[in-house]
Amino acid sequence: MTMQFNEESFRGDYTFRNSPAAIRRFPFPFDRDEYMYSVNIEQHPGGPEGSPFEFAFDVDEHYVAEMKDREITLAEDPMRCQSLPHMELAGWDLLELIMVSKARDYPELFKLSRDGNAWHWINKPLGIDKKFTFLDPTTLPCGPLEYITRQAQGDFALLHEREGNLWLDAGMVTSQADWSLDFDVGMNFFEWHAPVPKARKMGVFDKALKFLLAVTQEKSYRRLNWTMTVNPRLDTSPENYHKWGPEKRTITPENVGAKQFLRVELQTFWRLPRSNALAFPIRCYLCNLEDIATQPKWGRRLHRVLRDIDPDLAEYKGFAVNQKVILDYLSQFDDGAETSPGIFPD
Amino acid sequence: MSKLALKVTAVETLSPLVKRFRFESPTGAPLPVFSGGAHITVEMPEGEIVRRNSYSLISDPYDGSGYEIAVRREDRGRGGSRHMHTKVREGDEITVSAPANHFQLDLRARKHVLIAGGIGITPFLSQLKQLGMEQKPFELHYAARSREEAAGLKLLPGAAHIHIHISDEGARMDLGAILDGQPLGTHVYTCGPDGLITAVADQAARLGWPKTSVHSEAFTAPPPGEPFEVVVKSSGKTVTVKADQSLLEALEAAKVEIDYSCRGGACGRCETHVTACDGRILHNDHWLSEAERAEQKTIMPCMSRFKGARLELDL
Ligand code: FES
Repeated sequence: MTMQFNEESFRGDYTFRNSPAAIRRFPFPFDRDEYMYSVNIEQHPGGPEGSPFEFAFDVDEHYVAEMKDREITLAEDPMRCQSLPHMELAGWDLLELIMVSKARDYPELFKLSRDGNAWHWINKPLGIDKKFTFLDPTTLPCGPLEYITRQAQGDFALLHEREGNLWLDAGMVTSQADWSLDFDVGMNFFEWHAPVPKARKMGVFDKALKFLLAVTQEKSYRRLNWTMTVNPRLDTSPENYHKWGPEKRTITPENVGAKQFLRVELQTFWRLPRSNALAFPIRCYLCNLEDIATQPKWGRRLHRVLRDIDPDLAEYKGFAVNQKVILDYLSQFDDGAETSPGIFPD
Repeated sequence: MSKLALKVTAVETLSPLVKRFRFESPTGAPLPVFSGGAHITVEMPEGEIVRRNSYSLISDPYDGSGYEIAVRREDRGRGGSRHMHTKVREGDEITVSAPANHFQLDLRARKHVLIAGGIGITPFLSQLKQLGMEQKPFELHYAARSREEAAGLKLLPGAAHIHIHISDEGARMDLGAILDGQPLGTHVYTCGPDGLITAVADQAARLGWPKTSVHSEAFTAPPPGEPFEVVVKSSGKTVTVKADQSLLEALEAAKVEIDYSCRGGACGRCETHVTACDGRILHNDHWLSEAERAEQKTIMPCMSRFKGARLELDL
């Protein structure tokens, strides 16, 4: 299989699009007709062939364009990638994990040769051919975290474990759903989750922290999270709210199908071997309502989920202002028929 | 917990009570690398019971060619270390867990002071290698009763910042002298008997060290004791814990699902709610606070035992 990479943009003219194959493999996050905040955790990698769960780090048709978009964001704001000094080792751990996984899972795209610490990395889609010395930062153009995450889709948080808590001490964050690395760096698990409504009260975070601390190497996990975004924009950061916030107001009954996107985060959790840090990659998938509705099960279900959702969550997920327009649009796909269990299309 | 099926490739006597074991992959495939201070859990099947003890890795953390541990024989233990000493031979197959770490170096420290008592030297052996590679300033103090008992001597490199304190030779460790005058931002790590851990913590507190710079690992294997019974709430099943078995091992043998990591009362992973307790829990862990112990509402099955009429667990 040779992968075709889209020429597309995630800002300005927004030429981002999903091919029919990309739609069918979209990680639709609802396994039933209603939504409750929960810690829905599964082992990762592992899933149907071709699904975004099959491999450790999914590479899809948006890879090259997403990396270009990251480059633009970083050029405007280099603070989107930060690493406190004690996290450099964790950066190397992550670099190794990603290079080894990608070379194993996509041999036609990536190649890694290792002779002790002398490494040779080839990234064909991005045209990179690099020899460097593992664990020697002077042999890379930038730190290991930045180097590898300029070549991997999704945001990355590296968490340091101490005092029975997890601290967000390094990260690459250019496609976040409304959170800020600059604001959150150095915070612990509870502090940076503080804005999620209801979850704190439900004790969800205590459980989630306990779970994360228990993640061991050689066994990784994933969960899906979701939100809604107007336009296929990756960089919906608080810093740039003035750029994307007003776009919420451009939704009309005519354009809602094309402009309103369901934004799904595939979050994975990895214990890194040398640093004992946790890696928390957050991969973002976008799909507009029109495309979602091409899968009848998803069209029906999304209508029901968004109709019955707790108003606080609608607010938190950022679509309360457009909820009525969205529901009017989606109702045409909901004939009341039953939906099959699970997230995959029929 | 993911498991690794390995082969014993070396057994060496380091002192009358301590043996070193080396495990490698039977296929020669590299093992997962790890971080200084990590441990593995070793399975020791004997008859119908499987004992599991956790041991600190003492080999080079970045060397995936093999894992090494040092095991001190505890003749009054419940048989795990005796099994390692008397049954495990070169060429045997052995199942271990992937490495996990509850005693990691805090890489924010400007300097690391490592204090080991007796067999408590083990986690520091891998940490030393990591500190060497990271080129971080450190000093290590290793206290043992006699040279003969100091198994770690054979495993320690000779270096200026490695200090040996043999009490039989009158060279007792002076904690005040060690901790006083360390540069700001120094972290101290202690592994050894409870008394040593408390002494270091007290000394550090007297000198005004922040609590977050004081780390310790009290890693002990579960003690044996009188047999007792527990009831599993979900199934109503009664599980008997034999004298030389831990509660955790007995639950595992009865196929009751329960989480663990250190198996030494240090990590908190196995914490279990008690739904009924008519009797006294013998808390042997280092996890629960005094108040929690007194309440008798939680138990750490990896270490603790029970004496009394009825103990029901929320499992
Ligand atoms: S397994 Fe670590 S405290 Fe019980």
